[in-house]
Amino acid sequence: MKITVDQDKCCGAGTCVLLAPDVFDQRDEDGIVVLLDAEPPAELHPLVREAASVCPAAAISVSS
Amino acid sequence: MPRRRDLGVVVTLIVGASAAGLATAEALRRKGYTGRLTILGAEPHLPYDRPPLSKQVLSGAWEPAKAQLRPAEALAALDAEFVLGDPAVHLDVAERAVHTASGRVLEAENVVLATGLRPRTLPGQRTLRTLDDALALRSDLPQCKRAVVVGDGVLGAEIAATARQMGVPVTLAGPQQAPMELQLGPVVAGLLAELHTSQGVDLRLGAAVTGVEDDGVLLETGDVLPADLVVVAFGSAPATEWLSNSGLVLGNGVVCDSRCRAADGIWAVGDVARWHHETLGRLVRLENRTNATEQAVAVAANILGADQPYTPVPYFWTDQFDAKIHVHGFAGPEASVVEGSLAERRFVVRYHRGGEVVGVLGWNMPKQARQHRQAITPRCPATAAASTPGAA
Repeated sequence: MKITVDQDKCCGAGTCVLLAPDVFDQRDEDGIVVLLDAEPPAELHPLVREAASVCPAAAISVSS
Repeated sequence: MPRRRDLGVVVTLIVGASAAGLATAEALRRKGYTGRLTILGAEPHLPYDRPPLSKQVLSGAWEPAKAQLRPAEALAALDAEFVLGDPAVHLDVAERAVHTASGRVLEAENVVLATGLRPRTLPGQRTLRTLDDALALRSDLPQCKRAVVVGDGVLGAEIAATARQMGVPVTLAGPQQAPMELQLGPVVAGLLAELHTSQGVDLRLGAAVTGVEDDGVLLETGDVLPADLVVVAFGSAPATEWLSNSGLVLGNGVVCDSRCRAADGIWAVGDVARWHHETLGRLVRLENRTNATEQAVAVAANILGADQPYTPVPYFWTDQFDAKIHVHGFAGPEASVVEGSLAERRFVVRYHRGGEVVGVLGWNMPKQARQHRQAITPRCPATAAASTPGAA
């Protein structure tokens, strides 16, 4: 799995951080997404896919 | 007529090809659903996102393609059939069959209703709900001498801010004392009013609009606000008129149980769904972007047998000028600053009622607001602010 995030689309909701805090964080100053792990281990894949799907700004893409 | 399930083919039909419908399809696949999946959309476009319409798409910062919810390869990987540009016109609950404007009849094992909202308007006036609405407005705004935005909720305030940033003279009209007072409470709404005024928006609040005349917008006070372009953004209604003779219980949305089920094999998700929120102890309908996808996850799980109640903490955000405002739970008059400062326009406030924390708001502190979200009491009291017309 390879994750990419679009910081220009990110709205700072933090939904991804609530789901997968080992993979996503937010910048302190403006809440924009920070990708901690672009290729996370397999056990996190279901949560990452959910984070990509529920992101309210459609800012997360996942390729396999 | 033989049912498709009688033929051994499992079919899920999702009526609505926007955020809630698409997320339901994705969640079904993610959770292992391998049956047929059909997504029916009223608009001709592939799924696109609505929050950018009043901001980046309207301003021209984004071309429409950037507002698409998924790239083509992701949609292809979903293995779903998209039937677009064909509105649903009737639901046969017993047969679980949806009839469309073009005459199609689509039968399914499970039908998911995700038809969203229809904006309320004044006769002959424009609104902003669809991509086509946004593009028309984007093309016309720069030519106008004075635009009046009718509606002081989230959508109206966003349109006014974006239009002003495009250099257009703008008046914002509505009945509240400050923009978004219902969603923000009086203190923060007051700051938002200051922001709009400082950026040159002419706020004409505290008086209801009664109509539109040739030369402008008529207020209940008898005043006329001059305008050569009017946008109406004073709320929406759930798009349920096509269900009026279906036998489903309708009342400010499709009324559902705590599992978001309207009838056997019929589910509702997103702006159109009014379901029993077990921890709030009442029927709730949320018009916000996060609910569309979170409820979709819950509905997909329940279709597959999870039998779980859906009990979210409401959340929405709005971007206006340099302010990024994030609200978790419910706002109200009792607010206290817990981080940052109002003067610096960078803060988190908590909203209280009866000694309990019922909401958290961040102004240019999205991460910190999210971190305070856990302070919200799950059983927060009911308020009208649960519904946030036009909100993201």
